[in-house]
This record gives sequence, C-alpha cells and structure tokens, in this order.
Amino acid sequence: MLRFDLRFELREFPFIAAGEAPNGVTVVEGPSGAGKTTLLRLIAGLIRPEEGSVSLNGRALTDTTAGVFVPPDQRNIAILFQEYALFPHYDVSGNIGYGLRARNLPRAELDARVERELERFDIVSLAHARVTELSGGQRQRVALARALVVEPAALLLDEPLAALDPATRDRVRSELAAVLRQVDVPTLYVSHDPADRELFPGKAFHIDRGTLTQLL
Amino acid sequence: MVALAAAILIAFIVVPLAGLFFHLDPADVIAALRTTAAQEALRLSIVTTFSSLAITLLLGTPLAYILARATFPGRYLVDAVVDLPIVIPPAVAGLALLLAFGRNGTFGPLLAALGIQLSFSTVAVIMAQTFVASPFYVRAARAGFAGVDRTLEAASLTLGMGPLRTFAYITVPLAAPALIGGAVLCWARALGEFGATIMFAGNLAGVSQTLPLAVYLNLESGNLPVAVVLSVILILFSLIVVVTVHATADRRSI
Repeated sequence: MLRFDLRFELREFPFIAAGEAPNGVTVVEGPSGAGKTTLLRLIAGLIRPEEGSVSLNGRALTDTTAGVFVPPDQRNIAILFQEYALFPHYDVSGNIGYGLRARNLPRAELDARVERELERFDIVSLAHARVTELSGGQRQRVALARALVVEPAALLLDEPLAALDPATRDRVRSELAAVLRQVDVPTLYVSHDPADRELFPGKAFHIDRGTLTQLL
Repeated sequence: MVALAAAILIAFIVVPLAGLFFHLDPADVIAALRTTAAQEALRLSIVTTFSSLAITLLLGTPLAYILARATFPGRYLVDAVVDLPIVIPPAVAGLALLLAFGRNGTFGPLLAALGIQLSFSTVAVIMAQTFVASPFYVRAARAGFAGVDRTLEAASLTLGMGPLRTFAYITVPLAAPALIGGAVLCWARALGEFGATIMFAGNLAGVSQTLPLAVYLNLESGNLPVAVVLSVILILFSLIVVVTVHATADRRSI
C-alpha cells in the first residue's frame, strides 16, 4: 500500500493530493500541466513537499512533521519516465543492469538477471545495441526492463505511451498491460488518454489544477 | 572582397608563426635543448601547468556543477567573478596576487609567521597560472553540466545510485567532451602564462622561469636561437591543444 498526503507550491497553483494506492495499477489522469508528474516526483523523493507524508507498506519515506525524508536512491521506487530517460552512453544491457550495479550485485548474478529481462521482453538480440538506435517501442521495453529488474517496491509510470506514434501505441499498450498485470506492487500509471483508463478499470485518481480527487 | 579580408587575417596569423620555423636551425635545437636553462624551463612548465590543472579540476568541477545546477541569490555575481580573470590583464592579476600574498601583502605577515613565503617561488607560478587559467575550465564545465539532461540523473537516483555515483556514472561521462575541452584550454592558457607569473613569481631559473619567461629572457640577453627553439616548442604544444579541442568539439556535435 502506497499512502500519500502532500502539499507543494507550484508556480500557478498549490498542489494538494491525498490518497492510497493498493498493489496493482492505479491510473492517474488529468490534463497536462495539472500536476501529475509532480505527484510522481514527490512520491519518488525527487522533490520535497512543503508539507505532507509518503509511506510505502507502512514505512515512512517522507514526513515533514517528523522530519523524515528518505532520499530517492534509498526508496526502491522505480519510474518509467515519459521519454524513457535511457542512458545514451550505455548499451541496452548496461541500461537494464544499471540498478543492479547500484545494488552492488555480483557480476554473475547481475548478468543472469539482465539476461532474464532481455528474454522476458524479447530483446535478447538488442543486448549490445546502442539505445539511440532503438525504435520507440523497443526503448519503452528497455526502460520497463530497467525499472522492473530491481524488483521495486512501487512503480511509477509517467505517460508511458506518449512518446510513441499512434500506430505503435496500441500494440505497446496491450504489451504493457500484460506486463503490469503481473507486477504486484503499487503502480501509479499517469496518463491523459481515456484508452488507458479502459485497460485498467480499477481505482483511479483525477488531477486538475493541482487538486487530486479519487474516481469511482 | 570577403575572401581577401579572410585571407589577410589568416596570413597575418600563419606567416609570423611559420616564420619562426624558418629561423630554426637543427643544430640550434640540439644545442638549446642541451642548456640547463632550457631543460629547467621545460621541466618547470610541465610541473607547474599540470599542478595548476589538477587544482583547477579539483576545485573548479564542484564550482562548475553548482553554477550549472543550483539557483541561489547572487549566482550571477559568482558567474561574473569566475569570468573576471579572463578579461583582467595578466600583469594586473600578478600585481593583485603580489599585494595579497607577497611578503608585504595583506596575508604576508600571516604567511611569514607560518614560515611560508609564496612570492617568487614555484608555488607562486602555480597560483598565477590557476588564477588566469581556471576560468577557461570552469566556463566549459559549467556549460557541459548544464547540457546534461536532468531526467537522466533522476533516473539514476531512482534506480538506487547515490548522488556521488550518479555524478560519476551519468553526469561526468555525458559532460566529458566539454570537460576535456575545458581542461585542455585551461592547460594551454597556463602554459602560455607570462604576465601574472613574472609579476608574482619573478623570473628565477629553476624556480619560476617557465617556457614563456625563458623565451623572454633569452631574447633580452641576445640569445635568439634558444628563444626560437623554446617558442617552437610552445607552438607545437599549442597546435596539439587546438587539434584536440576541435576533435572533441566535433565528436560532441555528432
């Protein structure tokens, strides 16, 4: 369970959000500029709220009244960034293994786990490809593999289909949905596309001008 | 007309430099390089320029990163201060260093009490070089760091890399062309340093007489062949630098 109760001053309006996300996908929808990305950054610890708290499975990650702030590298919350944010100076394997290197895994185990992700996402042939040479759909798979290989305690997806052309988007959407249904951690899926909402009919939030409300 | 103007300026740069090579007599080269003064100057230039480069990298890298990333009141003032040594005449920089760290300078009594005398020493050469050359590195590094996509650093952090390792694995490699280009320019500027060095460190053989100072001294004392040989060495170093900077700049634009 991911719990958050946050207040953060955006330039044009205050961002106010309180809610809970259970294991599985929770869609966060709303127009662009409403504060969806801000929510993800606050939960991941990339920015600090003026006031508020974030907790994951009972562990306090942010709590301004108690003076708690766990830095992002110690939260084990993975993000799938909108443009995927692949490291251009690493090949596909290097990108996927990056989080395992951060955890100082032995080389053999690291290689084995990267190999497993490459097979799972059907990109074994791309293991040593430069990420700048990949198609949009391939980049997305590498980014997802990189996020999931570390077995994160929560997963945040920031408009994961927005960077794709419409033809690729529908195919990748169903691929992504199949993968995410197997991920049993709180997963926030930010989107402004109604088609995403249909795919994940569970709980959903709506953000407009910095204010979060729960749908359903 | 345009081509003519361009040709005149190019010729103005190339002709005198090429002329130096015509003054070069192979017999002079060997004779000049055999003199202890030339050897000392070469050794001193290498030791001091790499020392000032090391200091600049050590202190200038954090500064460049802060200037590229942090927003704080007075940032533009700090930016301006960093750039100042580029436009200050080196002789003025040397005088300022002398009045600050010289025996009769502001910190003179304090340094004397600690048994340290900076002016007219090799350390003074390194200080003068760092003063005039470090901005070239800091400026380039600042631009390089500013060009690194912050989302990539955020991705690294959320994948569990701490801030220092993120800096080492993501920020530095992606800014590397700018960092290398800046370091090379900084080293070249330190190698050519003359004005601030002669004011603050003097012109003592083996202590503060670097290559440019040795060129000047040999010319003054009528020893033209040695001055020419040392000048040619400096030109060759500079050529290597220019080629390196252009090569890294080309790689960046691909």
